[in-house]
Amino acid sequence: MSILKELQKASLSPTAGLTGPDKHPMDDFLRMDRMPHIWCSTCGIGVSVNCFAKALEKLGTPLDDVVVVSGIGCTGRVAGYVKVDSFHTTHGRAIPFATGMKLANPKLKVIVFSGDGDIIAIGGNHFINAARRNIDITVICLNNFNYAMTGGQVAATTPEGAILSTSPYGNFETPFNLPFLAESVGAVYVARWTSLHVYNQTNSMVEAMKKPGFSFIEIVAPCPTIFERQQKMGDGLDRLRWYCENSEIQTDPKTKDANIGLRDKMIVGKFVDIERPTYLDAMNAHYQERLGPKYKVYEG
Amino acid sequence: MKADPKGVLTGSHYIDGDFACCEGALAAGCRFIAGYPITPSTEVVERFARRAPLVDGALFIQMEDELAASITLQGAVWAGKKAMTVTSGPGFSLMMEHIGLAAMTETPCVFVDVQRGGPSTGLPTLPSQADMMQARWGSHGDYEIIALSPNSPQETFDLTIEAFNLSEQYRVPVMFMMDECVGHMMERVVIPTADKIEITPRRFTKLPPGEYLPFKPGEDLVPDMFKAGDGYRLHVTGLTHDYRGYPAMTPEVQEQLVHRLVNKIRLNAPKIWRYEETGVEDADVVIVTYGITSRVAGEAIDIARKKGIKVGMLRLIVVWPFPEQRIFELASQGKAIVVAEMNYGQVFYEADRSARGKAPVVLAGHGGGTVHNIEDIVKKIEEAHKCRS
Amino acid sequence: MPVRQRETPFGLPRPETPHGEIVILEERCKGCGFCIEYCPHGVLITAKKYNAKGYHPPEIVKAELCVDCGYTYEPPKAGEKP
Repeated sequence: MSILKELQKASLSPTAGLTGPDKHPMDDFLRMDRMPHIWCSTCGIGVSVNCFAKALEKLGTPLDDVVVVSGIGCTGRVAGYVKVDSFHTTHGRAIPFATGMKLANPKLKVIVFSGDGDIIAIGGNHFINAARRNIDITVICLNNFNYAMTGGQVAATTPEGAILSTSPYGNFETPFNLPFLAESVGAVYVARWTSLHVYNQTNSMVEAMKKPGFSFIEIVAPCPTIFERQQKMGDGLDRLRWYCENSEIQTDPKTKDANIGLRDKMIVGKFVDIERPTYLDAMNAHYQERLGPKYKVYEG
Repeated sequence: MKADPKGVLTGSHYIDGDFACCEGALAAGCRFIAGYPITPSTEVVERFARRAPLVDGALFIQMEDELAASITLQGAVWAGKKAMTVTSGPGFSLMMEHIGLAAMTETPCVFVDVQRGGPSTGLPTLPSQADMMQARWGSHGDYEIIALSPNSPQETFDLTIEAFNLSEQYRVPVMFMMDECVGHMMERVVIPTADKIEITPRRFTKLPPGEYLPFKPGEDLVPDMFKAGDGYRLHVTGLTHDYRGYPAMTPEVQEQLVHRLVNKIRLNAPKIWRYEETGVEDADVVIVTYGITSRVAGEAIDIARKKGIKVGMLRLIVVWPFPEQRIFELASQGKAIVVAEMNYGQVFYEADRSARGKAPVVLAGHGGGTVHNIEDIVKKIEEAHKCRS
Repeated sequence: MPVRQRETPFGLPRPETPHGEIVILEERCKGCGFCIEYCPHGVLITAKKYNAKGYHPPEIVKAELCVDCGYTYEPPKAGEKP
């Protein structure tokens, strides 16, 4: 048989030709019939899905009650690979879909896992309103500073000076400072980590999912095929080394200092951890006060 | 299945069409509305905002825009509730992407469009019927929906229940096309007791997790449904998907999926068609109309009959799928057809196509802002009658 | 003065270092290199061979040094099933 045929035969199953047992402990959490996934080598998304799986295990919520909603884009594909009830919705509208799902059945644990362009550019309006209302969902925003799936266009989070396909002479627009934005619209938990900080990411995810209210985690991730390649920053591993040198974990960072420049140091850590009544708590309390015994507490 | 009495406001009421729509939704079991205010549909959500806290399990949320409203309700549907949103022309345009998502993921839900003068901002407080083609073709790609059009507040109540029933039966988004006149006119609406209202429950699957395939159709081309949180752990996507719901972007799967989505309504159309015929048997001219225009046309028919022209009316209750078979039958019998609608020709083109040249089809249209002048319709009847001979 | 391994403070037994048994699922490797880079004891290097997708999976060179740090996979707590 030719080498090509042998390789094809070997690659037919994700567990073909192994030197050890063919099951990974995380296989129950992933849709193994859809592996291998589409993400590039050294992409930060796979790392975050791994952390997410770990976080769910630590959290202890039964997986039947977990719902993952994502939008469109590379990070949007996360919904397709996790073996929970998952919904791959339209571009930018994962957060209102998650809002509807959570309000219709408050027992579900709803997590929005999507990219920076999806959540804060096209989905910006929904992001700020869901945070304002303090809907009890967790939003994990993977920030790779561009629209990767469509080939690497400039995004609302792209640092100044970056060269991308729709900013071929360098980006001159000021990007969003996501923790600052999230804090200002009322998110109760705001954290930023990079793909390097896997343990911190996992713990943050556990904290965010435990916390009632709108929690937001920004994960700065490498995009080796597009962002890092266009800026000549190497591949994902080089970028992780760069994060190691240039990210500073602060214990009580201020969001207004959390801007990210193209080749500047960045601050990571937990920015905000406050208490606020969630949408449903506020609604129930309010109607009980106004309508008295006529009102039956809304439980879904 | 009988309606849940908690949502049924039994009695005889003097309310407008918008309120009747809200009551119809509650009677049908709708317990979630995500809305955005837009004239002339705002009253529907205002009524629901007032009623929802007092009906068990009902929740109203006013979203930040129509884009959010049209997808929030789909999240609620997948969590197990019946849901609806309400809008008018400009908002309907915004919702198009998510109508496509609902059609693709086969989400049963109701979109109410209380039509107003268009295009663009148009005439916010005045009626038209100019969104009919948009209801059918508004979103991109191939898909089919069901559209209903009431002509009175009482019928609004009844048809809203019917809209929910059809959406559950066929797992399709249903467009409820009112117009500002029917929405804002106040008439008597009699709401019966809950045990007299038939509602179609959601067709949840009886298969256990592992065996159930979310997009494998039954005999009527409609798959059974599931809801998040029941342990099925399934994936729903707007990408072209196979029976398991997994994205499978090949022409074969596109053929398998999208052709079925279209056939779901097309092949079941004879069961879905609904129209009301008056005086058609001996008529030489038939007026095809819907919504508020049908009430004006009724007057025009009386005047024309007095003038000696035998006119009948075919009032469309279900506008999409269009009853092309009936129009063809009428045209084949040599009856001329006048399409009276408050636009410059939308359903007219469907009727013209359905007649297949067997009979003249004439448009009695105008741009909206007010209902038709009766004399204009009578003139068109006379013109059609002349064309016929 | 260097502390010799035999001597322990207060005569207590020498603390046990955790040890991990490494299993590499070669056909699933995406060649990102993170595990090789961040192993605290340099247990892994990039293999010369390819897997079916054309990536170089890791190869174990110092298996005895693995301390079960959990970077590659965090083990469950004692008493839970793996």
